[in-house]
Amino acid sequence: MSRLTGNGNELLTFQHGVHPHDYKELSNQCAIERLPFPDTLTLPLAQHIGAPSKPIVRKGQRVRRGEKIAEAAGFVSVALHSPVDGEVEAIGLFDHPNGQMQQSIRIRTDRFSAQQIAGGQVPDPTTLDRKGFIGALQEAGIVGLGGAAFPSHVKFNLPDDKPCRYLMLNGCECEPFLTCDHRVMLEYAGELLDGLAILQSFVEAEEIYIAIENNKPDAIETLRRAAATSPLPIQVVGLQTKYPQGAEKMMITAILGQEVPSGKLPIDLGVLVANVGTVVAISQYFRQSQPLIERVITVTGTAVGRPTNLLVPIGASMQEVVDYCGGITDDAARILLGGPMMGVVQKTLDIPVVKGTSGILVLTENEVRDLTTYHCIRCGRCLDACPLFLNPARLGLLAKRGQWEAMEELNVLDCFECAACSYVCPSAIPLVQSFRVAKGIIREKRARAKTAN
Amino acid sequence: MPRQPLSISTAPFLHAADTTPRIMWEVVYTLLPVWAAAVYYFGLSAILVSLAATAGCLITEKWFAQESRNSLLDGSALITGLLLGLTLPPGFPLWMAFLGGVVAIGMGKVIWGGLGQNVFNPALVGRAFLQAAFPTAITTWEAPSGQYWQVRGTNLALPFYQGQPIDAVTAATPLSQMKFSHEPTAFVDLLLGNTSGSLGETCGALILAAGVYLLARKIINWRIPAGMLGAVALFSGILYLIDPVSYPSPWFMLFAGGLLLGAVYMATDLVTSPLTPRGLWIYSIGIGLLVVLIRVWGGLPEGVMYAILLMNAATPLINRYTRTKIYGHR
Ligand code: SF4
Ligand code: SF4
Repeated sequence: MSRLTGNGNELLTFQHGVHPHDYKELSNQCAIERLPFPDTLTLPLAQHIGAPSKPIVRKGQRVRRGEKIAEAAGFVSVALHSPVDGEVEAIGLFDHPNGQMQQSIRIRTDRFSAQQIAGGQVPDPTTLDRKGFIGALQEAGIVGLGGAAFPSHVKFNLPDDKPCRYLMLNGCECEPFLTCDHRVMLEYAGELLDGLAILQSFVEAEEIYIAIENNKPDAIETLRRAAATSPLPIQVVGLQTKYPQGAEKMMITAILGQEVPSGKLPIDLGVLVANVGTVVAISQYFRQSQPLIERVITVTGTAVGRPTNLLVPIGASMQEVVDYCGGITDDAARILLGGPMMGVVQKTLDIPVVKGTSGILVLTENEVRDLTTYHCIRCGRCLDACPLFLNPARLGLLAKRGQWEAMEELNVLDCFECAACSYVCPSAIPLVQSFRVAKGIIREKRARAKTAN
Repeated sequence: MPRQPLSISTAPFLHAADTTPRIMWEVVYTLLPVWAAAVYYFGLSAILVSLAATAGCLITEKWFAQESRNSLLDGSALITGLLLGLTLPPGFPLWMAFLGGVVAIGMGKVIWGGLGQNVFNPALVGRAFLQAAFPTAITTWEAPSGQYWQVRGTNLALPFYQGQPIDAVTAATPLSQMKFSHEPTAFVDLLLGNTSGSLGETCGALILAAGVYLLARKIINWRIPAGMLGAVALFSGILYLIDPVSYPSPWFMLFAGGLLLGAVYMATDLVTSPLTPRGLWIYSIGIGLLVVLIRVWGGLPEGVMYAILLMNAATPLINRYTRTKIYGHR
């Protein structure tokens, strides 16, 4: 049961967290535009968590829009499809958003094609059993579109002893600046509910929640209206605008009032969470025969000419994407993939948009200037910010002294690097930055201890 | 093309508005009305005493601070100076006040490694030094005189001399009156500050107002004044119920002496108070208890300073042993 009482209109939330300005106003009124098909697309084989896909095309081969060009390599892996009619120009190492060179398939777009989906071979979901559905998702190349790019069929492959009681759609989008999920909820409400219905027919949850932060009242309104016409047990839940409300654990706690035990998964509480974009992709696959070949991203930031929500074919060069959005200004200083709180800094825009790209954020010199750091003044603000109730002040001190064991003992491995602590620290101590380092060192030590035994 | 990242090259790239200097300066601003009240009651002497204490603090910080940047700009030495001044009697010799400031910053902060590193509240370190070194001067109180431009004779005592009060209007503080002759003071006088005492021990209403502002701005933690004042009220209330003749009323205990100044400005010092919610309760209730103990049974009329310093000493231990209950753990 959710914590909603009465009319279901009250706003739920978790404890702690921070309230950064959300900067959504830059792009939340911009209807989704489609990026014209670029001349070439570069599709890395590793765009998801798990084994990279295996190419099944040759150089020079003609491919159709929606045609499979690489297949899943094992269970934790998904297929990859060509977003355009065109020709395989090369298969080789190209720059990947993770900063490395990765095996990729480069496709040259056919300028004269109408770019219709090839269609065919997609099964009718009503004829499928659960196993067939899982296989279809893997074939469709669908991964979580919230950012982690975890293969959806793995997540939805429920163990028999762990039934799904609550199906939750995550439409929180708590990262400042990002608005792509917001626009998807507004503009793809029909597909969203359809994909949700397909998913529900296989997971058979008792209750369904769509969670949206209340800085998107129009999305709450739209989906409430749409859900009212649906036979499913759907509740659209407004959550307080607070970072990191969209973190899976925080959203679950806000709705159910229960904590996900450390080291366990939401399904241990009977909860299954999907991003709103992911269920839209499910609908598009089964109804329009369109595998995951494009996604909506937000291109934004004060250093972007024309902030935009953009439907982009997977593999499009970020440079082309940003150029389409008015380019970057002269005082641009930092490019981030994702939002300002958890996004990853990029050195270059000569990398492709991948399935896990949710936004491109370009900030100015002014916005990324380093703050003067002071000693910890033990103000306790980081403790009041941490949604996991860790003690970042103490962890920060231990990190400075390199006391990794003590940090492990204080559960630094639970930290999911939301950066709320660094955001509030008045002494500008790089807390989360040092926790990332510490976690890496501790994990490495553990791995080494394991191999030594 | 954007420039290469220089130092902090990873997220987050948003930061809350409050920075450490900004927090410190805001505390300074809230102290100004309290200080003005002291000037109103004690005149030129109040200005001179607090200037002397502050000068001692700032000069020591300037000369000895180890930070490479100018640590005067973070405002924290100014807070120490103003607070120290507020704990001193108006007729206090200026050279002693200055020396107190030097000790406050030197022994209370600089030798620990500067802002954020110290264990004891620097202003109270200065005050404790003065109490030990000049026990008579620091307990020579004068009633508010209303003669603003008069400098009290003892203010100008030469270094190493204490001076004799000339205008003879010395008066016992409400607390010592209570302790040594069981004479309570009218509540209104306590609230408005129309009593004798240290510069900042007098005007309860203004300190409360400043406290409310600091609480609203979340600069001080509400658990400290709540735990401290609550404990004082509770324990002195119990004593008062047992024997209303020999024990003072809780109202008197709350508003007399330096308790409010201590609860709003001293115990709440971020650096020297605990981090965790549970630790804060232990700390603040501990201070409240100690205040009552010292005031009622100790040899001194006032116990706020020692109570806070004692709990400061316990803070590193409290920090180590009060853990937070982590999400997803039992
Ligand atoms: S980054 Fe880690 S320690 Fe900091 S607030 Fe988030 S979860 Fe807590
Ligand atoms: S927010 Fe920063 S200064 Fe405050 S306690 Fe945490 S680490 Fe220390």
